[in-house]
Amino acid sequence: MKLNITSSPHIHSPITVKTVMWDVILALLPAGFVGIYFFGFKALAVILTCIISALVAEYVAGKVLKIEFCLLDGSACLTGLLLAFCLPPATPLWIAAIGSIVAIIIGKSVFGGLGKNVFNPALIGRAFLLASWPAFMTSWSPTVKFLSKDWFSLSGKIVKGKEIIDAVSMATPLGYFKEQSLTSGAHFFAKVGQGLIDSTGQVHKMGLWDMIVGNIGGCIGETSAVALLIGAIFLLGRGHITWHIPAPTIITVAILGYVFGSDKLFDPQMMFIHLFCGGLFLGAFFMATDMVTTPITPLGRIIFGFGCGFLIFMIRKFSGSYPEGVCYAILIMNAFTPLIDRFTSPRVFGKGAANG
Amino acid sequence: MKSLSFTGGFHIEEYKGSTEHLATEKMGLPSKVIIPLSQHIGAPAKPVVKKDDKVKTGQIIGQMQGYVSANIHASLSGTVIEIISVLTPMGRKSSAVVIESDGQDEKFYDASENQNYKDLKKEDIIKTITDAGIVGMGGATFPTHVKLVPPKGKEIKTIIINGAECEPFLTADHRTMIEFPEEMLKGIDIIKQFTGAEKVYIGIENNKPDAINILEEKSKAYKFEVVSLQAKYPQGAEKNLIAAIMKKEVPSGGLPLDVGVVVQNVGTAKAVYDAVCLNTPLYERIVTVSGNSIHKPKNIIVRVGTEFSEIFKFCGDFSLEPAKIISGGPMMGFSIPFIENFSVTKGTSGILAFSKEFSQEKEKYPCIKCARCVDHCPMWLMPSKIEKLGNAGLFDEAEKIAALDCVECGTCAYVCPASRPLVQMIRYTKSKIIDNKNR
Repeated sequence: MKLNITSSPHIHSPITVKTVMWDVILALLPAGFVGIYFFGFKALAVILTCIISALVAEYVAGKVLKIEFCLLDGSACLTGLLLAFCLPPATPLWIAAIGSIVAIIIGKSVFGGLGKNVFNPALIGRAFLLASWPAFMTSWSPTVKFLSKDWFSLSGKIVKGKEIIDAVSMATPLGYFKEQSLTSGAHFFAKVGQGLIDSTGQVHKMGLWDMIVGNIGGCIGETSAVALLIGAIFLLGRGHITWHIPAPTIITVAILGYVFGSDKLFDPQMMFIHLFCGGLFLGAFFMATDMVTTPITPLGRIIFGFGCGFLIFMIRKFSGSYPEGVCYAILIMNAFTPLIDRFTSPRVFGKGAANG
Repeated sequence: MKSLSFTGGFHIEEYKGSTEHLATEKMGLPSKVIIPLSQHIGAPAKPVVKKDDKVKTGQIIGQMQGYVSANIHASLSGTVIEIISVLTPMGRKSSAVVIESDGQDEKFYDASENQNYKDLKKEDIIKTITDAGIVGMGGATFPTHVKLVPPKGKEIKTIIINGAECEPFLTADHRTMIEFPEEMLKGIDIIKQFTGAEKVYIGIENNKPDAINILEEKSKAYKFEVVSLQAKYPQGAEKNLIAAIMKKEVPSGGLPLDVGVVVQNVGTAKAVYDAVCLNTPLYERIVTVSGNSIHKPKNIIVRVGTEFSEIFKFCGDFSLEPAKIISGGPMMGFSIPFIENFSVTKGTSGILAFSKEFSQEKEKYPCIKCARCVDHCPMWLMPSKIEKLGNAGLFDEAEKIAALDCVECGTCAYVCPASRPLVQMIRYTKSKIIDNKNR
């Protein structure tokens, strides 16, 4: 009889890094399906391009830089998927591929691979693309009818009468608010109720419900609050994320949006717009909760969440050209993560406070 | 009843189903016993028998050395064949007395009952407990006569009886509570009488409702309070048990006595009864034999010194080839290298045998800073950070973030999705910190 000698504990929870990654991917699927449903086949093409390029980049970087990696652990796949979720649906596939490669190599591999990176890789990819090809990155497609001819269009080109029109674009709700220098929530709802006009002159009417389910312009995976919430509840239930980051992020944005959102104070409709019209839910539940790049202490995570919420609102409200601030807000807070961890060590059992 | 708990910890799969409803079985006398002289925390006992001596059950064969030590008794009657060197479950070398049974089990002591413990003087009680070689039977094996006498300036106001049994698989304490409640309660009463404590709590995890019911009913006469605890690991760790029941934190580096509490395991309470009321020293105990390799999992009453190999035979041998055998629970127990010349001691609460599939190590990954270890640490430490500092040789830094407060309960390593060897590394780091201090 040959007996193994190991250090205790001798049993382990069945959850591994692989389970965590694939569970997060699973949690993103509803939002992915909704994105494909509303934006068409081109969204699926962007998602697949991002995932495949991320896997290829992971493999090549792993071999060249001689770092350990495992394509099946789901981490590269998840990075690709998350990047795709924060790209416009009609992003040219070559741009999507470059973004994905940057995300993996600059965002992760150069730091030493899984677990070592400082910034959220997917957001590094997005920030890189936004700086390099701002025109493509701010060209938003309107939603299309499910399974219609336009739905199947891979390039975003549509047929109108006898004309073929290059990528139709239309403002996102938040972008529209900024472009038009709207002053209040009521003003916004009146305008979108009448409809936003896309580049071909077609009118797209929007109501509250459209904003909640995701029938509005935006990035592939960010528009459907309902789908993202389903995923988030799953992750919370599985214990992969905790409330510490998403709750303060969302609450901060909601409060700031409510109080300072429009030109007059206390505008509840502005709170709604800030919650449902941008990338807040995707950011708060899936980007700001990236384990590697966020604090490990409970208090640290709460501070991180507040910081994200505050910066998101400040960028949305005060930046000149960016209608949305989720990406940069989280990247900026990522930079503070080591500092936050350093100053928020939990009180050790039996030390300090309770034992006066 | 509302179940109390502490902050941190994790509900670990319990695996208690295969033995929790099985009544204890008395294992027959083994043909020989190998009794280590170091079964407790403190100085090993000194052998007072030699080869060819005849001994009787309950006779002292190892004399305690100094105050923090414990007597060792013969667990059956027969002849001393030799004194050998063995490995104890804690990984220490110890000399051990080998006794060949004469099959008579002739008692050395007068087992006539004395239920009138109320008239006993304090000196008599503590002398009996000391002579009987009683140690903490939850696994820590700290000599009970030391634990019950507080140093000057400290006072025992509260006694907590630990019936949490939070280790997966183990059901020995559970069965003790169900099958020997009267004995246990009398043992507790003796401890209470001796220490002069005002209050007694019996803490039991709520996955043992039968034990809670029985003890609630029977402890009314004694005015002990039964407390239902959330089934969560490590609910039975002294400091966490006190935190759950009394909402008090034992200071870092301190003892339960610092908050006026002494914690005793249910098995220890029964051993105190046996010693005081039945004159019986500690030479047998209840052990849970379980794990997926065991053909017939059981709770058994077994003599100290019985070889593991004998116990496996009694439990119908292995149904699956074992790849790992553990003395104690799966979270804090020790994996052992062989089953011959390896015997049950006073602290052996469980013997588990796992197949290769069951004991397979998980895939290892780099730390992804998921913070599960931080969220679940019952001592509120940052295990992943201590591991990293220890790996980098930064022991002073590790000490600053309270590495020495780690109780090695294993919760962090259990929940870690990256399978980091957290406990192992923290143990190493702690030993380095202590080495550096002693230099």
